[in-house]
Formats: sequence, C-alpha cells, structure tokens
Amino acid sequence: MATQEYGKPIDILLVEDNPGDSRLAMEALKESKLRNNLHIVTDGVEAMDFLYKRGKHAQVPRPDLILLDLNLPKKDGREVLAEIKSDPDLKRIPVVILTISKAEEDVLKTYNLHANCFITKPLDLNQFVTVIKSIEDFWLTIVKLPSQ
Amino acid sequence: MNTENMGKPIEILLVEDNPGDARLALEFLKEGKIRNTLHWMRDGVEAMAFMHRQGRYTNEQRPDLILLDLNMPKMDGRKVLAEVKSDSDLKRIPVVILTISKSEEDILKAYDLHANCFITKPLDLDQFFKVIRSIEDFWLTIVRLPRE
Repeated sequence: MATQEYGKPIDILLVEDNPGDSRLAMEALKESKLRNNLHIVTDGVEAMDFLYKRGKHAQVPRPDLILLDLNLPKKDGREVLAEIKSDPDLKRIPVVILTISKAEEDVLKTYNLHANCFITKPLDLNQFVTVIKSIEDFWLTIVKLPSQ
Repeated sequence: MNTENMGKPIEILLVEDNPGDARLALEFLKEGKIRNTLHWMRDGVEAMAFMHRQGRYTNEQRPDLILLDLNMPKMDGRKVLAEVKSDSDLKRIPVVILTISKSEEDILKAYDLHANCFITKPLDLDQFFKVIRSIEDFWLTIVRLPRE
C-alpha cells in the first residue's frame, strides 16, 4: 500500500466556513489510523495566505491534501481552486471539493478547473462522517500523494 | 450515498497493456455493487481513438472515469494523460493513474499534468483486489462524477 502511512504526518488543509462541519471533520480524522495534522481556515483569502505562507501563516507546512468548500466568504472556493490549479508550485496538491452544492454546473466547472474530485456533503451526520472517513481511507492509504 | 451516480451504468475506460491485470480488474469490478461497463484498451493510441469516438468506436459513449497505466506500447500513459487534460472536451473526465511505478518523478509529473490521483499497483493479488475495490467505492459511490 502507499508508504506515506509510515513517514511524517500528512498535513491536510480544510477550507470551510461552517464551524460545525469543521469540528466533525476534525473528530472523524482524529480517529484515523494515520497520523495527520488538520489545519482549518475559514475563507478563501486565508486559504491563499496559508498556501503562500503569508502573514501569520509564515511557519505553516505545505499541505499534502486540500479539502475545499465552494461557497466561502471573501474569496469563493471556485476562485481558490482556479488559483491553485494554475500555479506551477501548487497545482500538484490534490484538491477535494467538499460542498453542499449538487449543481451540475458546479460539478462540471470544478472538474474543468482540475479539481481532483467533487463530493457533495451529505446533510446527515453519520453519512458526513462516513464521507470524511472514505476520503481519509482513499487519499491517505490507497493513493500516492505528491510529496514536496 | 451518491444517487447521481445511480441510474445508467458508469462507463469505465481501462487503459492497460497487461492482460492479466485487465482481467483481474474486470472480474473485481463485475462483483461491484454499482453497475458499470468496463472498456479495455491495450495501448494509448487505441485509448485516444476510443475517447474521440474514432474508427470502430464511433458508437461508444464517453467514459465517466479512466483508469490509466503509464508504461504502454505505442503511446505512453503520460502522453495520453497530457492529451486528455489539455483537451477542452475531455479534461473533466477523472483520470486515475494505476501503475506499477513508484517513482517520485512519475508521481509528481502525473499530478502536474492534472492526473486526478496516482495509485501504485500492488503486486500481491489480495492487495490489488483491495485497491480496485477502493477505487470503486470512492469514485463510484462517494464522488460525484461529471457525467454527460
């Protein structure tokens, strides 16, 4: 299986403005077999500051995986996605879109912008935890992530 | 879970020159809960003809998901990936790289070319089964695919 499970912890950046969803994701990931650090930012501007290590994010690690909501304050998730995927240094970081949107337009647009996958957040609590665990299983144990 | 992926079978394009691996993937996917049709192409040239519906593939549907090997005769998987991801009609189709390669260079290059994820094929049969099952679980039930 993928070797990243034996090395240093995986750094995950969650871009999510809903504190309830962040908390659930955090709890689901804490139970993980794999060591991971979850970093949470609540809007698109802060997400870009984190990725470019600007301001108070000067010391943060580069994330190995990004979980990105679409509807965010200040800077929309679609814009964040477009910026990441057109930046030669950042574009290789896998971006999982995690949104309440089910709109066909969002699905097509985000794949066209090179989102790595699109997941509609289930409203049911248990289903939401199942989804987070699936993301973890798949991206942290099956997939080989691009290391830095 | 993801009801949008129910309905008509998911069309999966497997691009793989090793008949043993193709056969195993075919058998594993047949057992899956989600209805799918697997199309097997043995090299990159045939895969591109299938996607562009050329020659004997004029009546085929566009695939919903592509499983792509890297080392193949005629046209290499890296070239197929680059063509798919720079074609405005095809680029939204998720491409899962499924290869025996573990090389860091291959991993980074594939992500830079906008592969949706990179998976190293395990040599062990049970583990290979587990990987195919995970791909199916994740991409066919958790993820929302861009379907036509």
